[in-house]
Amino acid sequence: MNADTKGVLKTTISRSSRVSIIAMVLSLVLMLVLAWAPYWAGRAEMRLLGELFLYLSLASLWNLMAGYAGLVSVGQQAYVGLGGYLLFALTMFGGLHPVAAVLLAGVFSAFLSLPVAILIFRLHGAYFAIGTWVIAEMFRLSFAQVQSLGGGSGTSLPIGVVKSLAASRSGRESLSYWLALGAVVFTLGFVFFFMRSKKGLALTAIRDSEAGAAELGINIWRSKLEVYVYTSAITGVIGGLIFLQKLRISPDAAFSVSDWTAFVIFIVVIGGIGTLEGPIIGTLLFFILRESMADLGTTYLMILGLVAIVIMLKAPQGIWGLIRQKFDIELFPLSYFVHQKDASTQKSSGA
Amino acid sequence: MEWLGVVVQGVLLGGLYALFATGLSLMFGVMRLVNIAHGDLIVLGAYIALSTVAILDVHPVIAMVLVVPIMGFVGYALQRTLLNRTLGADILPPLLVTFGLSVILQNALLEIYSADPQKLSAGPMETASVSFGSLSVGVFPLLTFVSAIVLIGLLQWVFYHTSLGREFRAVSDNQEIAQLMGINKAHVFGVAMALAFAVTAIAGILFGVRTSFDPSIGGGRLLLAFEAVIIGGLGNLWGTLAGGIILGVAQTVGGQINPGWQQLAGHIAFLFVLAIKPTGLFPRVAH
Amino acid sequence: MPDALLLAQKLDAFYGDFQALFGVNISVDAGEVLAIIGANGAGKSTLLRSLAGLIKNDSNQVVFKGQSIGDKRADTIARLGIALVPEGRQLFPSLSVEENLKLGAKVGRRGYWTLTSVYELFPILNERRNTAPTALSGGQQQMVAIARALMSNPEVILFDEISLGLAPVIINDIYNAFPTIIEQGVTAVIVEQDISRALSVASRVYCLQKGSVKLEGLTREKTRDAITAAYFGVAV
Repeated sequence: MNADTKGVLKTTISRSSRVSIIAMVLSLVLMLVLAWAPYWAGRAEMRLLGELFLYLSLASLWNLMAGYAGLVSVGQQAYVGLGGYLLFALTMFGGLHPVAAVLLAGVFSAFLSLPVAILIFRLHGAYFAIGTWVIAEMFRLSFAQVQSLGGGSGTSLPIGVVKSLAASRSGRESLSYWLALGAVVFTLGFVFFFMRSKKGLALTAIRDSEAGAAELGINIWRSKLEVYVYTSAITGVIGGLIFLQKLRISPDAAFSVSDWTAFVIFIVVIGGIGTLEGPIIGTLLFFILRESMADLGTTYLMILGLVAIVIMLKAPQGIWGLIRQKFDIELFPLSYFVHQKDASTQKSSGA
Repeated sequence: MEWLGVVVQGVLLGGLYALFATGLSLMFGVMRLVNIAHGDLIVLGAYIALSTVAILDVHPVIAMVLVVPIMGFVGYALQRTLLNRTLGADILPPLLVTFGLSVILQNALLEIYSADPQKLSAGPMETASVSFGSLSVGVFPLLTFVSAIVLIGLLQWVFYHTSLGREFRAVSDNQEIAQLMGINKAHVFGVAMALAFAVTAIAGILFGVRTSFDPSIGGGRLLLAFEAVIIGGLGNLWGTLAGGIILGVAQTVGGQINPGWQQLAGHIAFLFVLAIKPTGLFPRVAH
Repeated sequence: MPDALLLAQKLDAFYGDFQALFGVNISVDAGEVLAIIGANGAGKSTLLRSLAGLIKNDSNQVVFKGQSIGDKRADTIARLGIALVPEGRQLFPSLSVEENLKLGAKVGRRGYWTLTSVYELFPILNERRNTAPTALSGGQQQMVAIARALMSNPEVILFDEISLGLAPVIINDIYNAFPTIIEQGVTAVIVEQDISRALSVASRVYCLQKGSVKLEGLTREKTRDAITAAYFGVAV
């Protein structure tokens, strides 16, 4: 159609579209409303929202690894648990403020993830996935040996540490909520800007064709390593925040494959893997399902497994993928759009 | 002498781990499928045997006669109806579908059998032992180890000396050209899965006699199976046996030093092999 | 042509979104040797892959002995009696030479071709029966690929670029086996880039260009120039 259009066309290429600008404005408004939550929401809602934020963070990070970097991990619980245990260890034995401990947990996670990556990057595809699980299992078994952290049965955060967060209970709850909100804003922002950066472009190239990317001079191993280390660091922080909410930790809870990996994978698969919007939709859906079917217990989990299988087979691009296919929109644009002043159509280049 | 006993126990335990791993290795060898639900299938085998023993009032070893074909049939049906659809260049569908399957299986077992630990009782043969000089070896672990050798030998024979084995190798090499030879790949994959499930059922029953089990322990068995496969080298069943033995010995020796280190020692042995020889100790050499 | 053995009727073939064939009509008579020529990317291999069932089409776009087979699976079509010698040999590396041949007989069609008769046709393969195909020379590999297809005792055998990448003297050896193969009453369709080689054994020729048939007829009636023109797409 464009070829037929006569006359001079003014062509501009940009990533934003009207939809994405509206989405940006709405997210800012939503962020402000959510930041105000301690003044309008009840204790239970705030707790739920805080949990939702942390799950959304985990889901976005897993999506960055699996959906963009091709690193399918079933062992991210390694860093959730590590972050949680580091929070406990650094506050209890190091006397650090919990927030400082959580941030330091991220730094530790990054450092530890480096040798781990060097080892398990020798495994590929599905074997890499199971290798990450072995690492998580080793972390679990190791922390179960630390008697000062309660060994196999775990421990609670000492009351003094809890009080150091804020004097009143409501103050603590607000702070922990804001930390969760801050974490999710940071994580989503990180994934968004990372994917828009040169490195993100390299990842996209790798995802499309490893051979092609290598020819372009992209160091695949290094690109993947960076993603692994960054996500491990942030996952460590999120883990610290999760157990700052729970105030109690045990090896089984900290390194639970179903809590920190199975649910996260379902969220991403159902929402739409390889998109920024997918984890958001998936998390919302996951919490709606969970809140409405929690009484069903094991049946609920079986349904979740079944839904994930059906989605993977029938609509592997997930719910957001279906929406995008139908309406050709991106809320958080990673693709480039070609705008032509005289042409009536906008076409996504599908970067 | 005490240490010799520990090592021998480890070797025999390795036979069980090799049986865990054989099914996984078979699935990967023929259809490049890595099955995250593999550990839960081992547990499923143990539970089906538990029910068979309870209903028919038979010895677990006799129950095998029924459980193995049942599991084989389930494997064939699962491959034809579900898993064949996941195979292709993309690794995500098989991974995530078997992951979903794992969650479904675990929770279904939990729903039916509860979280209480169960055990298959094999009677006096569980505690019987034979002596080699001053070394006393349990009859049941010995039997498990011999089963592993016999089964792996049998599978090797099927793979390299039967027309079914030719078809397995052909579809593994090149699915498209295999079809040109009149091979229905969906069926051949189903048969391979049936075989893998049958071996897994045997592993599950022997495991259920040896130790107690509950629905949540599948993940740990998957990791052992996977480690044995990687240590031994992909696509080499005798290598897988060696991998199982290395894991078993690492565990019993680690456990002898400090009971809390038993499992950790197995994982460390795996990482050690991965660090020094990422392709495994005995990667498949060209035929 | 109601008595044709194998027909392609208005055959469109796709690789994903890419259309490789546009309404191709081809008819193969029983007992003939047919050549299909064309430049790279003309759709020759796609045509053979469609006939062999590796690409699914509408049911009646491919007809074999009056039966619509366009939507049948490749293994079903192999059992009906159509064999493909694929481009690039494509032997099974995990199988020895003899195992490759035995697998060819898996369709269970009986006839002239057995291990004994293919070893008679290509004696070198008998010597190397227990070797891995990767240890064979290119020409020997091509012999295994042809023998493997013969082992299914097909009614129609489709040859895709059998001389590609082989030395002329080796190609002679392989083409020398042609009369023996044809004598057994098999119908052959040959795809070749080497025009003169194809025309030397074929009685009829189709020329494909950009996914469509540009020329067809008896080889003896077509001039070299007409074929070259159709091959390269130059106006005659």
